Amino acid sequence: MQTLTIADRTFQSRLFTGTGKFASNAIMAEAIKASASELVTVALKRVDLQNQHDDLLEHLHSPGLHLLPNTSGVRTAREAIFAAHLAREALNTNWLKLEIHPDPRYLLPDPIETLEATYQLAREGFVVLPYVHADPVLCKRLEDAGAAAVMPLGAPIGSNRGLRTHDFLRIIIEQSQVPVIIDAGLGSPSHAAQALEMGADAVLVNTAIAIARDPVQMALAFKTGVEAGRMAFEAGMASPSNQAQASSPLTAFLD
Amino acid sequence: MHFHNLLNQWDWDEVSQQIKAQTHAQVIDALNQNRPSLNHLMALLSPAAQPLLENLARKSYHLTRQRFGKVIHLYIPIYLSSYCENNCVYCGFKVSNSMKRKCLNKQELLDEGLAVARTPFKHVLLVSGEAGKKVGCDYYLEAIEMFTPYFSQISLEVQPLQSYEYEKLVHKGLHGVFIYQETYHQKHYPLYHPRGPKSDFAFRLETPERLGKAGVRKIGLGTLIGLEDWRTEAFFTALHLSYLRKKFWKTNYSVSFPRLRPIDGPGFQPRFTTQERDLTQLICAYRLFDPDLELSLSTRESANFRDNAFPLGITAMSAGSKTNPGAYAQQDSLQQFSINDERSPEQIAQMIQSKGFEPIWKDWSLFLQQNNSDNALKPTQSI
Repeated sequence: MQTLTIADRTFQSRLFTGTGKFASNAIMAEAIKASASELVTVALKRVDLQNQHDDLLEHLHSPGLHLLPNTSGVRTAREAIFAAHLAREALNTNWLKLEIHPDPRYLLPDPIETLEATYQLAREGFVVLPYVHADPVLCKRLEDAGAAAVMPLGAPIGSNRGLRTHDFLRIIIEQSQVPVIIDAGLGSPSHAAQALEMGADAVLVNTAIAIARDPVQMALAFKTGVEAGRMAFEAGMASPSNQAQASSPLTAFLD
Repeated sequence: MHFHNLLNQWDWDEVSQQIKAQTHAQVIDALNQNRPSLNHLMALLSPAAQPLLENLARKSYHLTRQRFGKVIHLYIPIYLSSYCENNCVYCGFKVSNSMKRKCLNKQELLDEGLAVARTPFKHVLLVSGEAGKKVGCDYYLEAIEMFTPYFSQISLEVQPLQSYEYEKLVHKGLHGVFIYQETYHQKHYPLYHPRGPKSDFAFRLETPERLGKAGVRKIGLGTLIGLEDWRTEAFFTALHLSYLRKKFWKTNYSVSFPRLRPIDGPGFQPRFTTQERDLTQLICAYRLFDPDLELSLSTRESANFRDNAFPLGITAMSAGSKTNPGAYAQQDSLQQFSINDERSPEQIAQMIQSKGFEPIWKDWSLFLQQNNSDNALKPTQSI
C-alpha cells in the first residue's frame, strides 16, 4: 500500500486515533498499539502541560507514535491560537488539530473562526489540520489558507453514524490538493473501509474504539477495515451497476 | 421573552396531574424516541415509568457511554463563608441559627487553596452563603485570582449576582456557576425562603440568563429535592434548560440532584420524601431527555448509592467534600449539611477504577478561555 505524506511526515498507517472516553489510560495505550496508528490526537484540556509526568502523556510515549494536540474547548480563533502556542512550547510539536466548536452540545465546528485561525497558524509555521463540516468550498478555502490537510466530519462527533455526509465528502476528495482525513462519526470498521474506498487519505477514530466492549480488539478491527478500504481503492474498484453486463455485447459487430 | 414569562404560562398543578396521568404506552413511546420532547419527558418522569426503570437505566447507560465515554469527572467544593442573610427553612447556615460564623480571610483562603492543591483535584467549586457586603463579587474576584495558579477549572455556587459582576469574574477565570432555583413552585417558594435577598423568586430565576449574557461557560441548574413533588420540579427544570439551550447555545449545562432526607429530632422535614429508586428514575429521565447534559451527584448521597448509580448517567461527582469553611486546612467551624459519603478522593478514584471507569481530575485549562480574559491565564502550577 502507498504511504501517506502530510507536511514533512510519512505514515504507513492511515488510521489516526483519539485518546478520550477510554476506561483507563492503560487500555487506551493498548488499543492505540493494536491500531498501529502513528498519529494520536490529545486534547490540551486533558493534559497537564506543566507536569512532566502527566499520566495520559506518559501512556503515549511510544516509538513511531506522534502526538497531534487538539484545541477542543476553544470557541474562537483567538483562543485556538493562544492554545496552539502553548501546545507547541510544551509538547514540542508544531502539528495541531484545530478544533473550534463553540457549541458544546453537538461540538460542530465554527467555519469562520476555523478559517481565520488556520490562516494565521499556517503563516506561523504550524502544520494545521482543521476539523470542519463536510463543506467543499470551505475545504478549498482552508487549503488556500495553508492547511496541511482537511478533516471533514462524517457525522457529529461521537455519534457512530457513519458517512452521513457522503455526497459532500465525495466532492471534497475529488477537489482537494491536500490529504483528506475523515474525522468524527465513524462507528464501525466498515464505515472506515468505506471512507478509504471512496478515496479519503485517512480516518480518525476515537469513540467507536474507546467505548467498545473490547477496545483493543476493536482497534485491530478498524486497522483491518482501513487497510481493506485502502487496498480496494488502490486496486481500482469496479463501479456498481444497475444493469446486467451482456456476455454477447450488442455492438460486437463493430470490432 | 424572559423565562419568567414562559413559566407563568404553565400551571404547576396541571403539570403534576399530567405527569401522574401518563400511561405505560406513553412511557414506551418516550423510550423509543431519539430526542424525547418535553411531553415525552413527562412520561419518563411519571409513576408509570417506574415498572420500566430497568429499560430507562439501560438506555441511559448506553447514551452516557456514547456521549461521555467510560469516564467520570471529579471535583471538590471549597466552602468560603458561612455568613448568610437568608433564612431558608431547610438550611444549616440560615440567619436565625445562632452559630459561630466563619469567613475565610486572605491568608485562610490561600491556605485552603493550597491544602486542596496538594490533592489530585484540578476542578474546584467555591461555595458561600449569601452575605453580599461581606462576601460579594470583589471577594470572589480575589478568591479566583488567588486560585487560578493551582486549579484548571473554577466554578461558583454562591448568591446570584449581576451580569456585569459575572463578566468581571469570567475575565478573572471563572468557568461555571451553579445556581439552584430550589423550587419552581412560585406560590410555595416564599414559604421556604421567608427572609433575605433569596426571597426574591424572580431575581434568582433570571440568574441563568444573566450568566448566559456574561459568557459563563457552564450553568448548573437544579432544585432541592424534597421541597415539592420531584417529578414536577424536574419537568420545570427541563423547561428552563430547553429555554436556555436555545438562547445561550454556546453554554454548557449541568443538572445536580441535591436531595433532602428526613432527619431525626428537630429540624426541617422534607414535605415530599424521595427514595433512591425515584432519584435513579430522575437521573435516567434527564439523560434520555438530553443526552449531552452534564449530570452531577454530590456526597450528600450514600457511598452505596453513588457507586451503583453513577454509571447510569452521571458525568461528575464531588469527592472528599467538607462543608465548613477552612476545613481542608483543618479549622473548626460548623458544617452546612452533613455528608453521607466520607471516603477520601483516592478511595473514590479506586472505586471508579474498580467499576471499569477512568476518574478524570482535569478536563479544562484556563488558557483555553482567552477570549474572555484580559490577561493571559497560564497553565496551572504543580505544587
